Amino acid sequence: MISFLNANATIIIYLVKIALLLFIVLTVNAYLTWFERKVVAHMQSRWGPHRVGPHGLLQPLADGAKFLLKEDPTPAGVDKFTYFLAPLMALALALTSIAIIPFGPEPLHIFGRDITLGIADLNIGILALFAITALSVYGVALAGWSSNSKYPLLGGLRSSAQMVSYELALTMSVVGVLLLAGSFNLRDIINAQAHHPEWGIAGWNLWPQILGFFCFFVAAVAETNRVPFDLPEAESELVAGFHTEYASFKFAMFFIAEYTSMITVSCLCTIMFFGGWLSPFPASWTFTHYLPSVILIPFGLWVIWDGIRYETIFGRIILPGVGTAITAIGVVLIAFPPVNEFIQGPFWLLGKIFVFLFVYVWMRGTLPRFRYDQLMSFGWKLLLPVSIANVVITAFVILMRGAK
Amino acid sequence: MTPQLAIFFVLAALAVLGALSLIFQRHPIHSALSLIVVMIALAGLYLLMGSEFVAAVQIIVYGGAIMVLFVFVIMLLNAGVEERTNVSKLAGIAGIPLAVALLGFLAAAIARSNESAQAGLQSGTLANTKEISTMLFKDFVYPFELTSFLILVAILGAIVLAQREKS
Repeated sequence: MISFLNANATIIIYLVKIALLLFIVLTVNAYLTWFERKVVAHMQSRWGPHRVGPHGLLQPLADGAKFLLKEDPTPAGVDKFTYFLAPLMALALALTSIAIIPFGPEPLHIFGRDITLGIADLNIGILALFAITALSVYGVALAGWSSNSKYPLLGGLRSSAQMVSYELALTMSVVGVLLLAGSFNLRDIINAQAHHPEWGIAGWNLWPQILGFFCFFVAAVAETNRVPFDLPEAESELVAGFHTEYASFKFAMFFIAEYTSMITVSCLCTIMFFGGWLSPFPASWTFTHYLPSVILIPFGLWVIWDGIRYETIFGRIILPGVGTAITAIGVVLIAFPPVNEFIQGPFWLLGKIFVFLFVYVWMRGTLPRFRYDQLMSFGWKLLLPVSIANVVITAFVILMRGAK
Repeated sequence: MTPQLAIFFVLAALAVLGALSLIFQRHPIHSALSLIVVMIALAGLYLLMGSEFVAAVQIIVYGGAIMVLFVFVIMLLNAGVEERTNVSKLAGIAGIPLAVALLGFLAAAIARSNESAQAGLQSGTLANTKEISTMLFKDFVYPFELTSFLILVAILGAIVLAQREKS
């Protein structure tokens, strides 16, 4: 047994990492729906989900059970193969793209092995991500076509036109960052922003590439079919767009794919423009390393306090338990400096990703949907020229300064 | 058999099967999907040769952009199942021997250039983006620019054709 483990350690580590990442991503997906509903509700002066569990925290579980147990009818006249392929493709591609994201600078030392955070560390990292994004159009387009129904077809057509148009701007907007880093690798891109440790936030790619960031973020939101670019599923015109004819778990697969690509885009924004796992503070401010504990301990205490006010079992027992765990993590971080140092990178990365996810939800709560002609003229007449101009300006400045 | 060779045969089989399915599928969308499979299998082959950049670009440009346009147009025209006609006699008499002859020539040519086929399975020199750009913009700059010009002409032609006549 031990020898088998030793012989196949690399493969086993990879499998465990993949399983763990899948579990985390799917859980985060589920709670992202809760987060979105809650935040949008509060923006609209509502309560949002609050019946199932305290603060509606069990709502994602109820939704999941509902997705699994609902009847799953296949409409008559659909193209069977493509109809089943489309949600599978959407989900598989969305989940694959997460594998390329690195989650922390230092490898984890366990059992005498170095385990890097993140699954695939590719030389062509960002290109591989774009390759996956390029293919993910098919999920939506094929779903729309194979349903053999008017509204999905219109939704699928809209989405393929939209994704093809915005993919150009998306790809061009990144070129500036790639020129600055001189590499496609996501780790190299982050490390290129750490040349001046004392600059902190001022050293990030955001400042020299602010045009690129603008183009990238807008194009990425359009690629993920989110508000204000959610024309493929504009419910006032197209019922539910490309997934009108999908029910039950196949619908859930599109849903999970959409939220997973939101997470991927947030990761990419963070990594390419916001310094990834780099702290926004200068490196000499070591006291900022206690920030995770400063956030975790009060939050954990608040969860305990909040939990014991409930009368249900979940509120009385589980919430204080979770709160105690969170507080304990905060205390452990203070007690063991090496652990604290290790957690800095992932802490900042996840924090920034969370901010971007909030921005996504915020936009959904506040922005109206584009009209179709506005969408097209915005993509082709504004985003594309601006992103090309950004490439030219960046290349020019790098050339003036002298290539590395 | 090395793992590389095994992967090569899997990808090659996938590409050939995809190409056959492209011809024999009766619905345009299914044909387009088969073509995507061929493109991705080719990208995998490039990856096997160590040229990651070319592989990624193959998927982005061919698998993504171009094939999306194909699918888009098929969806837009709402093209139905194609009807099979009887194979023309000319194709039967002249086509099949010609195809076999072409296949034979290709196989003979590949069999002769033994060393290049061997080199193909090792990690290639094309991996580096810098080397590719040096080749494109230095060694082969005129053919490259001429090709771009050709594409530009094609785009202009498409615009002229698509433009409605002003009355």
